[in-house]
Amino acid sequence: MANALLSVRNLSVQFTTYGQTNPVLKGVSLDVPARSQIALVGESGSGKTVTMRAIMGLLRSPPAKVTGGEIFYDGRDLLTMPDRERLKLRGTAMSMVFQDPMSSLNPVFTIADQMGTILKYADRRLGRSRNGRERMARVHEVLGQVRMRDPERVARSYPIMLSGGMRQRVLIAMALLSEPRLLIADEPGTALDVTTQAQILKLLKDLVEERGLALLMITHNLGVVRETSNYVYVMNKGVVVEHRPTAELFEAPRDDYTKALIAAVPRLTGGTSFGKAGAAA
Amino acid sequence: MSAMLEIAGLTKLFPVRNGFGRKTGDVRAVDDVSFSIEKGKVYGLAGESGSGKSTIARMIMGLARPTGGDIRLDGHSIIGETGTRAYGRKVQMVFQNPGSSLNPRRTVGQSIAVPLAAHGTPAREHRQRIAELLEMVQLPADFALRYPHELSGGQKQRVAIARALAVAPQLLILDEPTSALDVSVQARVMDLLVDLGRQLGLTYLFISHDLSLMRNFADTVGVLYLGKIVETGATASVFEAPQHDYTRLLLASVPVISAEEEAMRPKIPLIDGEIPTAEQLIALRAAVSQRIEK
Ligand SMILES: Nc1ncnc2c1ncn2[C@@H]1O[C@H](COP(=O)(O)OP(=O)(O)OP(=O)(O)O)[C@@H](O)[C@H]1O
Ligand SMILES: Nc1ncnc2c1ncn2[C@@H]1O[C@H](COP(=O)(O)OP(=O)(O)OP(=O)(O)O)[C@@H](O)[C@H]1O
Ligand SMILES: [Mg+2]
Ligand SMILES: [Mg+2]
Repeated sequence: MANALLSVRNLSVQFTTYGQTNPVLKGVSLDVPARSQIALVGESGSGKTVTMRAIMGLLRSPPAKVTGGEIFYDGRDLLTMPDRERLKLRGTAMSMVFQDPMSSLNPVFTIADQMGTILKYADRRLGRSRNGRERMARVHEVLGQVRMRDPERVARSYPIMLSGGMRQRVLIAMALLSEPRLLIADEPGTALDVTTQAQILKLLKDLVEERGLALLMITHNLGVVRETSNYVYVMNKGVVVEHRPTAELFEAPRDDYTKALIAAVPRLTGGTSFGKAGAAA
Repeated sequence: MSAMLEIAGLTKLFPVRNGFGRKTGDVRAVDDVSFSIEKGKVYGLAGESGSGKSTIARMIMGLARPTGGDIRLDGHSIIGETGTRAYGRKVQMVFQNPGSSLNPRRTVGQSIAVPLAAHGTPAREHRQRIAELLEMVQLPADFALRYPHELSGGQKQRVAIARALAVAPQLLILDEPTSALDVSVQARVMDLLVDLGRQLGLTYLFISHDLSLMRNFADTVGVLYLGKIVETGATASVFEAPQHDYTRLLLASVPVISAEEEAMRPKIPLIDGEIPTAEQLIALRAAVSQRIEK
């Protein structure tokens, strides 16, 4: 919609590798109103991450090519905006938490170095200034917000010294550094234990509500969809197959793909039997 | 009944250093852990981030040296024996992070060929075997020619599973094997793991934070907290009647998709309201571990 904070209209993206062209997004549309909690769910390879990369301007071309559509942020089309202006928005107006913590962290720098650098460049783009001490104070503050037991120890650590879950929380902290209006989280719970995930999901919801932040949650976990969103887009093979208020989706899914997805979720109550022999016996 | 894997008093300390690189103490990443897995059974290890699950797995794989304790595989102590070819054939692992466990400069086929070659499969059989393994994990045979960066997260993890199965191991350690997969693929991979387990008599050590998945896969579960096993037992009884507050907190945190499951979750308040400070969090953790101590 015209007044959504983020509005993706009919986005098509293709990849060309070894002279072969594959359409990966085939006319994807979705809206993220300000202060809303939106989920994008779909199976592996359906194009969720490509959608996010297109929004963030992180698709490398070649091999990727946007073949159609618009991406409006605050009413302005990101795809036709000058690169300089687009760069200014990335990491400040909208931030992204990536799926793969290890490949997004540099193994040879401490967390403090990496977060300090991100903050420095974000400040520079926004024409703000902060001295080294103020920067570290902000780094410790944000690490505390993502529930690090000891923010100062974590800041001094190298990525290898942290468990997978701690690294994921560092990435979330990085995304929050310059208080964006839109946070795009790509599978933020994948490497997290459930208690931390529950806390993080709660943290993200609190941020959305208290600070006027919008959240676009990308996940393959339907439980996460149910607990973090009011509206959900279901994606399959580069197409949005169903979009509904979240509660309705679980009560009465319409699309066959959505139904199959819900049926495949293992239940905490047990009774999901795996193995063909098991099903027959 | 005999045990495939027996772990006794397993301990791992990591040095803690201050800002000047001086050692100021140790982190007890794994603290006197004991459990055993019967042949052909599935043992599930659950626990929060940093509780030591991957460190235990890495010690069993010989990728980290235990500070203390014993690891026995099929009746033999394996301390000092890990890393040998015979050992690698018995124990394989699927890592938590598909992105960093695959070599970016190797094609999928080349990655799967590494364990095949190391364990004596003749080169002329590689192509056929790679195609079979890819089929097992529901990937088309021409994926053998792709590089990791051309795959989605889920596709990479399926390649890692195919690679681990290449040498037909007896014990397979699964460290969050399906956390990057969508549920329909996960269900097929779990079907596959269960079928392979039955056919080949595989024993699994299954590490996961997905308790719903664990409920439906593991015969026995152990709950790990700050390096210690705080509760262990038959899966159904642990889930239906958790004895420890930490197990209850874990269950209370599971995102679920139905009112029925919501009803079975223990009613423990998660941290709510405003963001707690680090000190509040430390106090909370201390309170939880004291309750566990009792
Ligand atoms: N650099 C690339 N070159 C060629 N194909 C690519 C590239 N990146 C992604 N693809 C393809 O685009 C499709 C969508 O991938 P994408 O990473 O968006 O999936 P996803 O929905 O995020 O999946 P997952 O849940 O596994 O992360 C996949 O078929 C993938 O193989
Ligand atoms: N090489 C290392 N040096 C120092 N400390 C380490 C090292 N590896 C792990 N640790 C510490 O040991 C503890 C256990 O880490 P481990 O990776 O085993 O946790 P985990 O249970 O697998 O967590 P996750 O669910 O996040 O993967 C953590 O406190 C971690 O910081
Ligand atoms: Mg993705
Ligand atoms: Mg781990």
